[in-house]
Amino acid sequence: MATTDVALQDAPGRLERKPIVNDMSIQVATVNGSGSQSSNTVLLRSIFQMGVPVSGKNLFPSNIAGLPTWYTIRANKDGYIARKKEIDFLIAMNAETAQEDVMSLAPGAAALYDEPLNLSTLRSDLVFYAVPYDKLVATVCPEAKLRKLVKNMIYVGVVAKLLDIDVAEVEKAIHRQFAKKAKAANLNMAAAQAGFDYAAANLKKQDPFHIARMDKTKGKIIIDGNAAAALGCMFAGVTVVTWYPITPSSSLVETLIDYMKEHRIGPDGKATFAIVQAEDELAAIGMVIGGGWAGARSMTATAGPGISLMAEFAGLAYYTEVPGVIWDIQRVGPSTGLPTRTSQGDILSTAFLSHGDTKNILLIPSSVSECFDMAQDAFNLAEQFQTLVFVMSDLDLGMNNWMSDPFQYPETPIKRGKVLSEEDLDRLGGFARYKDVDGDGIGYRTLPGTDHPAAAYFSRGSGHNEKSQYSERPDDFERNMERINRKFETARSFVPRPELISADKSKIGIIAYGTSHWAIVESRDQLSMEYKCETDYLRLRAYPLTREVHEFVEKHERVYLVEQNRDAQMLSLLKLDIRPELITRLRSVSHIHGLPLDARSVTDQIMTMEGK
Amino acid sequence: MATTPSTPAPKLNRIGLSVLEYKGGKTTLCAGCGHNAISERIVDAMYEMGVKPERVAKLSGIGCSSKSPAYFMSRSHSFNSVHGRMPSVATGAMLANRNLLALGVSGDGDSASIGIGQFVHLMRRNLPMIYIIEDNGVYGLTKGQFSATADLGSKLKTGVVNDLPAIDTCALAIELGATFVGRSFSGDKRQLHSMLKAAIAHKGTVMLDVISPCVTFNDHDGSTKSYKYMKDHEEPLQDINFVPHFEEIDVEYDAGTTIEVTMHDGSRLRLRKLEEGYDPTHRIDAIHRLLEAHEKQEVLTGVFYVDPKAPSFLDLLNMTDQPLATLPESVTRPSREVLEQCMEELR
Repeated sequence: MATTDVALQDAPGRLERKPIVNDMSIQVATVNGSGSQSSNTVLLRSIFQMGVPVSGKNLFPSNIAGLPTWYTIRANKDGYIARKKEIDFLIAMNAETAQEDVMSLAPGAAALYDEPLNLSTLRSDLVFYAVPYDKLVATVCPEAKLRKLVKNMIYVGVVAKLLDIDVAEVEKAIHRQFAKKAKAANLNMAAAQAGFDYAAANLKKQDPFHIARMDKTKGKIIIDGNAAAALGCMFAGVTVVTWYPITPSSSLVETLIDYMKEHRIGPDGKATFAIVQAEDELAAIGMVIGGGWAGARSMTATAGPGISLMAEFAGLAYYTEVPGVIWDIQRVGPSTGLPTRTSQGDILSTAFLSHGDTKNILLIPSSVSECFDMAQDAFNLAEQFQTLVFVMSDLDLGMNNWMSDPFQYPETPIKRGKVLSEEDLDRLGGFARYKDVDGDGIGYRTLPGTDHPAAAYFSRGSGHNEKSQYSERPDDFERNMERINRKFETARSFVPRPELISADKSKIGIIAYGTSHWAIVESRDQLSMEYKCETDYLRLRAYPLTREVHEFVEKHERVYLVEQNRDAQMLSLLKLDIRPELITRLRSVSHIHGLPLDARSVTDQIMTMEGK
Repeated sequence: MATTPSTPAPKLNRIGLSVLEYKGGKTTLCAGCGHNAISERIVDAMYEMGVKPERVAKLSGIGCSSKSPAYFMSRSHSFNSVHGRMPSVATGAMLANRNLLALGVSGDGDSASIGIGQFVHLMRRNLPMIYIIEDNGVYGLTKGQFSATADLGSKLKTGVVNDLPAIDTCALAIELGATFVGRSFSGDKRQLHSMLKAAIAHKGTVMLDVISPCVTFNDHDGSTKSYKYMKDHEEPLQDINFVPHFEEIDVEYDAGTTIEVTMHDGSRLRLRKLEEGYDPTHRIDAIHRLLEAHEKQEVLTGVFYVDPKAPSFLDLLNMTDQPLATLPESVTRPSREVLEQCMEELR
């Protein structure tokens, strides 16, 4: 792989290289707990405010303070926002990793470092800039104990000067970042200015990278997927939220708490919701099921280990037919795995979560706006189909900052599904909870507390008949299970359709889902431009799979299924669905090292498998 | 059926229902099982208190005890959930609809072993619900293994002796924050009846451990949860009298011998002291007395602890008065302007 990286990079031409405008990846190597997150956000936003499409990815350890952290900002005029493997501009702030960070750069890259690290002797094929951070910070920050936090803002100023980022945009971003703390804002701006001035007076621009104003971010927002999901859930009318803290899902509920406290307190000063931190994931899903059974829009958010713990309860919800929404912000498993790295490793286990014949609806967002929209879908589908709906986000989507168009207000009313009221019961005289009255497999339910003598029914995880009475009769059991399966078949027509991005251009098809999408967008251009290899592309958005997916496989001789897990989990689900003779068309492109998927890896793998 | 010239009109409670409206399905538990007696007491207490069956949510885990909600109050919704995790289901249901009266029925295996994690957190939250442990010291459905409430030295039918100490669910519940804690015996009709009525009047977690002998697997010599053992060893702390808020008080009580507790709904719980100096509003004394009972090998029964004024979990959450489950979209979905404001903050 390393040879590919180097081969694609321009030869180290240094001073005579052509300027590279609005196309670079900047990596900040630092130590976690050092306050660099604010500096990185300011740098990201400054570029964003320059109108240049941008994305930020945080590569952090499972640790509170003292371990290496890398933050990568990609600015790209064409709007590619997937992770880029090659680093163009390194900001080396961590003495521990500085040497290795520099050694891993491709020739021609730039490295900005803290002067005492003395890195410039390491290589002759890079552009080096040295900055005496400690000297500079002492001049702007009299309080010694704050210097560690302010120091990082200096590199923002230096980079702004070197890359031609308007210092006014840096100032605006700093004031936004420290909106409620004027003193901190001023201190940080002084640090950025000191960096800017130092660079102007002392550093000679030698690298080819520039940021120039564009208009590609006008009106756009920057948000992480967990915050987008939180907003989505609030607008979906969630009322009961339970959770147990687990990376990378915690910020979803924490953000939701903030939003709900601001926007969901009634005129009487009382909450129109309940948010409960549970004792574990078992209790979190138990509360979701109790809440869903009693009629609330209930949800929890978790990650793989939580999903595993929820398995038994998931089967109860499936079989007693109780709605609920579970957000799985996937991280790398098995076991504790890499808890701060991204993955799509829970697809197969979640699709079939629980013992016996269990199948669950999965929704798979690939963008922050889909996190928002799919929150609406998830609650509607859960209540319409009286089942759990899992939203399969991941750490890359959930915890990183993404640029997006503003979210659209949900235009369709909230769908509460088949719930009988007192008046309905008066009219009907009674009901059978698990009877398929409408032929879609979905029965009618009543909510506890419904004030009617015929309202009550007995929910049980044990065998039951149409009237929800205890039954061990083989025919009752079989009929009931077939009906529940019918619900799942009905759901195929109701889950979000896949996005058919290109259908008739090639014999080669690509199927991907979730955050892999962004690498595929870029990889398809690489395949086309570099290898003259045209591809078609279908992006999955849900399980059960829909008719379009079958048709896509039928239309293509070779279908590459790109996913971020080892065992080709979605490919396995697809195999179960399609005609057996089509199975040999499927090829797995898998990616499991926990970093957000990059286009180059996909391009290389597909070309290798194409024999090129 | 013998023909009778005239059927007397059935007696009705204060909301106009006969006791038949509180009945459940036919029990499938063993004849003589203590659980059946408890189901009957629940029916009587709910009937006498005039609780609307539609307001009640019955919840249970897994085991013989957890089957019993099918055998009382068919007009109430019920959820027979998974082993040991009924507390979380009950919590969710109460969050969704705070107007429900949640009645949980669990067993000693369901609560003290697999469910101990959820049990302790339920007690801690003081969620308004009645939580009954039908306690027989053995796993019935799996045919007679010891549970964690089996007393040290008690014997199985097979002769196996329990060599681990029992978990006292009452002491645990008091320590953790439950606000109405008592122990009774399925065979003590009068005491259990009064305790259940008081439980209905309480706002907060009621934890009742009811010794309920298993006639099939744990009613032999050597068992400390048999009918005989209970008859010989039960030590009631008080004589319990409950006066519901809707009844006139006709008898004055002697403050020297009786403690009166005014419940949340105005009902009065009168505890005539059988033991000098016991104060059921004092947590530390309650735990002390329970530990002492273990040393003396007494089976102490009665109301060990009651605090009718502590805030419940729902109070702490500052939830709106209407059930969350049925709030209209106009309340649960913020306006277009709110979304625009949120978007503006992110630009």
